[in-house]
Amino acid sequence: MSNVFIAFQTNEETRSIVEAILADNPNATVNQQPAMVKIDAPDQLVVRRSTVEEHMGRPFDLQELHINLITLTGHIDETDDEFTLSWAH
Amino acid sequence: MQIDLRTVSIEPLRQTFDHIAARIGNDKAASRYLEATMDVQPNVNFHYRPTWDPAHEIFDASRTAITMKDWYALKDPRQFYYGTYTASRARMQETAEADFEFVESRGLDASYDDAARRIALDFYVPLRHVAWGANMNGASMCAYGYGTAITQPCLYQGMDQLGIAQYLTRLGLTLGDQAEVQFAKKAWLEQPQWQELRRLVEDTWVVKDWFELYVAQNVVIDSLVSGLAYTEVDQALNERAGSTVSLLTRFQTEWFADSSKWVDACMKVAAAENPSNKALLQQWLGHWRGRALAALQPVAKQALGADADDALARVSARLDARLAKAGLLSSN
Repeated sequence: MSNVFIAFQTNEETRSIVEAILADNPNATVNQQPAMVKIDAPDQLVVRRSTVEEHMGRPFDLQELHINLITLTGHIDETDDEFTLSWAH
Repeated sequence: MQIDLRTVSIEPLRQTFDHIAARIGNDKAASRYLEATMDVQPNVNFHYRPTWDPAHEIFDASRTAITMKDWYALKDPRQFYYGTYTASRARMQETAEADFEFVESRGLDASYDDAARRIALDFYVPLRHVAWGANMNGASMCAYGYGTAITQPCLYQGMDQLGIAQYLTRLGLTLGDQAEVQFAKKAWLEQPQWQELRRLVEDTWVVKDWFELYVAQNVVIDSLVSGLAYTEVDQALNERAGSTVSLLTRFQTEWFADSSKWVDACMKVAAAENPSNKALLQQWLGHWRGRALAALQPVAKQALGADADDALARVSARLDARLAKAGLLSSN
């Protein structure tokens, strides 16, 4: 079992994205760094559009992730509704 | 000489204000919405009672029959505070302005079908008086309401209605001229098909219970008027003469989808709080909905002819679906 992670700049936008990720991924751990927030999760990490929208209170396009994205690991599986990181092929 | 750069992580002593931390816990950073909203309104240490209403304090929860343990439970899912609200409306306005410009630059207003133009002018332009009434009501709910969580979006809602009134006026000026706008006012004041609706709007101005006003205006009138005007009549005109009117009413369509999220969320929370709230809300819904449907009937008939009753039934069913989601339809 290996971890995947995703890291964002810390700001008002990513606060709701991080909250949404933590709500959808109970095994994820959050790591607050100066001006950066990194989320680690074993095996898989899902960003769900619907959950982000709920926390943000406005429509959200998953592509908006990239504005505040610093780095990530894992293979990406991306649809309109979900952005999934995992090591699965 | 060698310099080592290293980051030092400094934990802030506190993440947010104490009164916010008391609600969400000490270890979490609060959103700007929460910081700009929660417990902003004064609750205690009022000096004199207002001379215009000595029975109540200046901020008094007993101005409505609805009761809440915590008025700040009525949060806005859109998380609007001044900054986010104005940014969101600026975006919507930019799109709407572009649409008006599109219509004018392509001459869609000049080439619009004349029969459809008559229907659009006769139906949409008088509705600006309904929107202005809703603007008054939004301000009233904000003034007499309790708790910033709900009074804040009530005022935003009122301001939105002022914008809608202005867009309807511009629709009149784009498809017609100033005389059309004057004519619409005359119709609103004198033509028999508008009088029930006018009576309804004027009656809402004197509703004392601000939460009843919320139900009458934000839930019933807004959804029935918007549903009729910006879905049913809009579609009928589309089929007949193309989508010019849809372009000119785009703001209202987007606004209605946006504001419904907030309206429904507050109804859901208030109804779930206690059974007497739920009973009151259902009673108010029944009363205002009956009146609003009756008031809209002649106006719908003017715009849609024989299809009016079916259209109103569809509008009404969409309101039912929203109320069912908010848990308010069981005993109807």
